[in-house]
Amino acid sequence: MKNYFQPEIETASHEQIKAWQDERLVKTVHHVYQNVPYYRHLMEQKGVTPEDIRSRDDLYKLPFLTKDDLRDAYPYGLLAEPLSNCVRIQSTSGTTGRRVVAFYTQHDIDLWDECCARAIVAAGGTRDDVVHVCYGYGLFTGGPGLNGGSHKLGSLTLPMSSGNTDRQIQFMVDLGSTILCCTPSYAAYLAESIIERGLRDQIKLKAGIFGAEAWSEEMRHDIENKLGIKAYDIYGLTEISGPGVAFECSDQHGMHINEDHFIAEIIDPKTGEVLPDGEKGELVFTSITKEAFPLIRYRTRDICVLNREPCPCGRTHVRMSKPLGRSDDMLIVKGVNVFPSQIETVLLNKGYPANYQIVVSRENNTDKLEVMVEMTPEMFSDALSQVSAREKELVDAMKSMLGIYVQVRLVAPKSITRSEGKAVRIIDKRKIYG
Amino acid sequence: MTVKQISVFLENKPGQLREFAMLLDHHQIDMRALSVAEAEDFGILRLIVDDTYKTACVLKEAGYVFSITPVLALEIPDHPGSLVDVLRLLEENGINLEYTYAFITRKAGSAYMIFRVEEPDRAAQLLCAGGYKTICQSDMADLF
Repeated sequence: MKNYFQPEIETASHEQIKAWQDERLVKTVHHVYQNVPYYRHLMEQKGVTPEDIRSRDDLYKLPFLTKDDLRDAYPYGLLAEPLSNCVRIQSTSGTTGRRVVAFYTQHDIDLWDECCARAIVAAGGTRDDVVHVCYGYGLFTGGPGLNGGSHKLGSLTLPMSSGNTDRQIQFMVDLGSTILCCTPSYAAYLAESIIERGLRDQIKLKAGIFGAEAWSEEMRHDIENKLGIKAYDIYGLTEISGPGVAFECSDQHGMHINEDHFIAEIIDPKTGEVLPDGEKGELVFTSITKEAFPLIRYRTRDICVLNREPCPCGRTHVRMSKPLGRSDDMLIVKGVNVFPSQIETVLLNKGYPANYQIVVSRENNTDKLEVMVEMTPEMFSDALSQVSAREKELVDAMKSMLGIYVQVRLVAPKSITRSEGKAVRIIDKRKIYG
Repeated sequence: MTVKQISVFLENKPGQLREFAMLLDHHQIDMRALSVAEAEDFGILRLIVDDTYKTACVLKEAGYVFSITPVLALEIPDHPGSLVDVLRLLEENGINLEYTYAFITRKAGSAYMIFRVEEPDRAAQLLCAGGYKTICQSDMADLF
């Protein structure tokens, strides 16, 4: 099945792709050097000038950019266009500790929409489809991204946003949704709910585009069987634009990176050295068509493998594996980025010692985040209501910090496992990576 | 006019209470009264013991989180209806019970109530004026 949104781009020769990348990289480097003091400073520190960058092959000379840089530069420090040229912001989900705000010109949004349209077409979408988007709308890029892609393609778009499962299913039945876009855990939940209500025969879904969190092959099969659809992965990050940086084709062996917009590298996370294709390392992106918020060599912290083998679908753009892990301690829970340091901040703010352990598990395909906190004499009281109230206060503070429900479990002092004197902070039981 | 109650934090999982009881046994600590309040993932064990100071030292050494709270201990006649009169007296004086539990001793004809209230001293005075006998810490040893 050969279905492309932009066939001349998606099946372009490697030479053509390199030519685009060379030209666009040079242009982007000049753009940021001239317009963003933060970049100019980073480049000067590394002793590199825009003239040193003549093609993609010179990319390694440029400094890396990390999430810390984005935080330091918040909010306008990396903006490369006057605000009057910008039409939109999006922001990372819920993480007040490390909020990242990305800016878009209308042109940036048009290109982002095209990337998402490619993903929808790769999942079998056409203008005759009914695209049901129940990613969150708002600052989160999921909803706006797929919504824009669906518009670009000309499909009927249902801007459902997240939540209200009954209404989701009713619209799905009444309006004959054919393509579902949401997080894989919500897709699994919807599948269960549809079966529970005995409505499996009344839905017309044929495909799903699921992203914003890691999911296993096992989960894919579970969703595919329950809904009778084909489930496609989509990858993206707010910093780089949002969903649609890479997407799966009908072959379902890795996600094609939109190389006309993004240059991907794999590096050794410890040394920063660029690794050859096929080796496992940290994925680094350079956006080469962005106007408002171009990022040069942005370290995603996702551990991946790149594959340049020809794909049976006919697309020539490199494929990335599903993320195989993280090179930092960030967790993605229900699509939300969670750093242990945020949980620590809440505990310290509320006067608790930083003796805690985070347990992430997945029950019925839904992520669960539990934080074990060691009881202290100061927190303790003979009255149950007081201890419960303190527990609830912690739950509320974590919810407002992270944007998701966290179950707090008070445990006995010194009961949190310490290995060689260092506490084991994170236990991830989900087995989502490999 | 009050006695010292020891409240201990215990996780809600098998073996916790046995482990705790073994510790008391090991140090020959005698319990007079025991009650447990349970939440989803933890419980609060409340106990009255013969030697509060020794118990506190033992618990601290063993790494338990605990607190010591003054509570009212009241001797009442061991027959139906006697609790009603006590509660009526407290109610009429606007004293709210946070929690309560009962115990008996070898002494025939008497039962004992533990009351956790906000103002234990005022409650004790009211009860004494009403003709009840409150037990103080120094009386506790005689009850064992």
